[in-house]
Amino acid sequence: MAIHHVTAPVAGAAARTRPPEPFKERAARPPEPGPVRSGRPPEPFGNRAARPAGSRAALLVLADGRFPAGGHAHSGGAEPAVKTGRVRDAATLEEFCRGRLHTAGLTAAALAAAAAAGLDPLVLDEAADARTPAPALRAAARRLGRQMMRAARAAWPSPELDALAAARPRGAHQPVVLGLAARAAGLAPLDAAYASAYEAVSGPATATVRLLSLDPFDATAVLAHLAVDLDQVAGTAAEAAARAVREGAEALPAPSAPLLDITAEQHATWPVRLFAS
Amino acid sequence: MHLDHGNDFPERHTHSAEAIRPDGTRRALRIGLGGPVGTGKTATVAALCRALRDELSIAVVTNDIYTREDAEFLLREAVLPPERISAVETGACPHTAIRDDISANLEAVEDLEDQVGPLDLVLVESGGDNLTATFSRGLVDFQIFVIDVSGGDDIPRKGGPGVTTADLLVVNKTDLAPYVGVDLEGMARDAKAQRGDLPVAFTSIKAEGGVRPVSDWVRERLAAWTAENAAA
Amino acid sequence: MTVPTAPPPAALATGFGVRAAARVVAVPDGRGSTGLPVLEGEGPFALRRLRSAGREARACLVGAMSAPLGGDALALSATVADGAALRFTTTAATIALPGRTGAPAAYDTRLDVGEDAVLRWLPEPLISAGGSDLRMTTRIDLAPSARLVYREEQVLGRAGEDTGRLVTRLTVRRAGRPLFDQELAYGPGAPGWAGGAVLGGYGAVGQLIVVDPAFEERPVERTLLGETAVLTPLAGPAALVTAVAPDALCLRRHLDAAANLMDW
Repeated sequence: MAIHHVTAPVAGAAARTRPPEPFKERAARPPEPGPVRSGRPPEPFGNRAARPAGSRAALLVLADGRFPAGGHAHSGGAEPAVKTGRVRDAATLEEFCRGRLHTAGLTAAALAAAAAAGLDPLVLDEAADARTPAPALRAAARRLGRQMMRAARAAWPSPELDALAAARPRGAHQPVVLGLAARAAGLAPLDAAYASAYEAVSGPATATVRLLSLDPFDATAVLAHLAVDLDQVAGTAAEAAARAVREGAEALPAPSAPLLDITAEQHATWPVRLFAS
Repeated sequence: MHLDHGNDFPERHTHSAEAIRPDGTRRALRIGLGGPVGTGKTATVAALCRALRDELSIAVVTNDIYTREDAEFLLREAVLPPERISAVETGACPHTAIRDDISANLEAVEDLEDQVGPLDLVLVESGGDNLTATFSRGLVDFQIFVIDVSGGDDIPRKGGPGVTTADLLVVNKTDLAPYVGVDLEGMARDAKAQRGDLPVAFTSIKAEGGVRPVSDWVRERLAAWTAENAAA
Repeated sequence: MTVPTAPPPAALATGFGVRAAARVVAVPDGRGSTGLPVLEGEGPFALRRLRSAGREARACLVGAMSAPLGGDALALSATVADGAALRFTTTAATIALPGRTGAPAAYDTRLDVGEDAVLRWLPEPLISAGGSDLRMTTRIDLAPSARLVYREEQVLGRAGEDTGRLVTRLTVRRAGRPLFDQELAYGPGAPGWAGGAVLGGYGAVGQLIVVDPAFEERPVERTLLGETAVLTPLAGPAALVTAVAPDALCLRRHLDAAANLMDW
């Protein structure tokens, strides 16, 4: 696996590892008519034949903040962070998002990539439970997973989605469903990791605009600043998923953020709140 | 490719929108109630429950800006047993939850039907929002838009999707008209101009029997819908 | 860096660091208590037998030299056989220190608890000294009827000092299935760790895990323990206390309060 070390152009940031570059591979691929792509470049791991080749643009649909899967009602921990003053402006929002991205975000992105790579979604669902110690966050993940399932089955009908919906009628963990949706859309594990990782920061950023009346341009700039981190997390997640294909789900990373877990439980007891989590 | 499921699209994701559920039973009629803040949506829901609960099996889904406020009002008023009231959290955007991303509401409706058994009617109440907030047709069969006279008699003339397209426009708090200098006949004319043949109910929900025009309309809708889907 | 799973013949000082292992085996002694037929350590590990209490054997780790230093590879294992009970403590905090080469240190702990066996693993905190770099992994395998209390406390930097780099992974499996899996990463190279999502400026973080088949019937209820600690049920017969605190003392108070709540 080719990994290029580059120095990030962010002041004060350490050199970051860049993920494998599917964009270049894909850009080099000549456009083909029709839905079947034959000249697809070699993929990092197997299980590709079982699913349809899709359009890369499906990633835009999946990662769109307007994808109707319930995310708008969740703050990703931003609501309690705003209340305690830990998030109070664009700078603290950025550090919050960076921390969330490299912890809960990476965990979710790796689960999503693994589901897209064809790992057993029920094994991944169990791995997600073990990686989500806060019951409020397990409940939110399953609720969002069920909502994601509804949207995904409408957008990309697939027997694999049907099977998971039947096996987990109350909802599987959202990253697992997202990864399986990406797979149904013909997207690659890295694509699923990108969608999941981006969601880990776009949720809190959008919520903070509502909670703090933060300037939406500042919030968008925060997301733009996190692009290098997003590349890194998505790349790490996809590599881990490739390892998990060979070694099992335990090879997936499990980074965690103590304050997100603690404050999620506090938030769940609030009688009055704007966001579901 | 698995994309050619033309025969069951789009019912696949909104399968709950079909009148007949997978187990062969008929699902409940779903009616949405929207409208600006403070016009009496929750009071209308409460009054409808009181008027209809002896003849129909009813449940309510609320969509609040703040968690549970409306659900708790309904609980306090004891218009329905608690297991028949469900609150959807909307992330400060009720109009998103009833129109753009209805997934949480669909789940709440389905869960109510699963948990309390066959229902005749589910009322989906939106949190107070602006004049453009309407319900998705994927979520409700009919929608009621509630405005009141104290918001000004020019609201029907201004129109907007809620006023123009709702299946029933309720103009509430008519008892206040003399105090706020509102011309009810003018409002009726403007509404007629905006809505054509769609009905308008002038009410004072809090008065004795005030909900009658609304509950009668709901009964008619339910009867027609039931007849239509029994034939199908 | 790979760490030997079986103890090496002797502490081996390579040019870059120490490789050392320690091992405890607890078995029922046939008289209603627990014996420790294996209690061996080398290099920085010195293990002592303490007076047992009822069914429970007690072992204590005495730090015999400064470790882990960068480049060290330490392995610690405990096996609690079916029906045995073991309590493990340390005499002092473990301090991760920088090595000569900047290489990370590895500290791997492997715990196996058999049927109807009990392990109480209650070491003193780990302190991550400025400039240190430690990768810590702990893997716990529990039989279905095993019970566990496991405490982990991390203090980020000594007084008035920045923290080193600390990356830990704790995996608990029960009956071969994952029960709890968590990585924590703090200090240089862990993006956003000091921000509002991860530690929010707190310098001490810890957790207490209790696994008890009795929770299957009667799970713990979510309990908020002040502003920065919470007791929660895991997805399985287990409870977790997660806490952050300004210092080790406050942290211990949170964990002790939760342990009392659970009668452990």
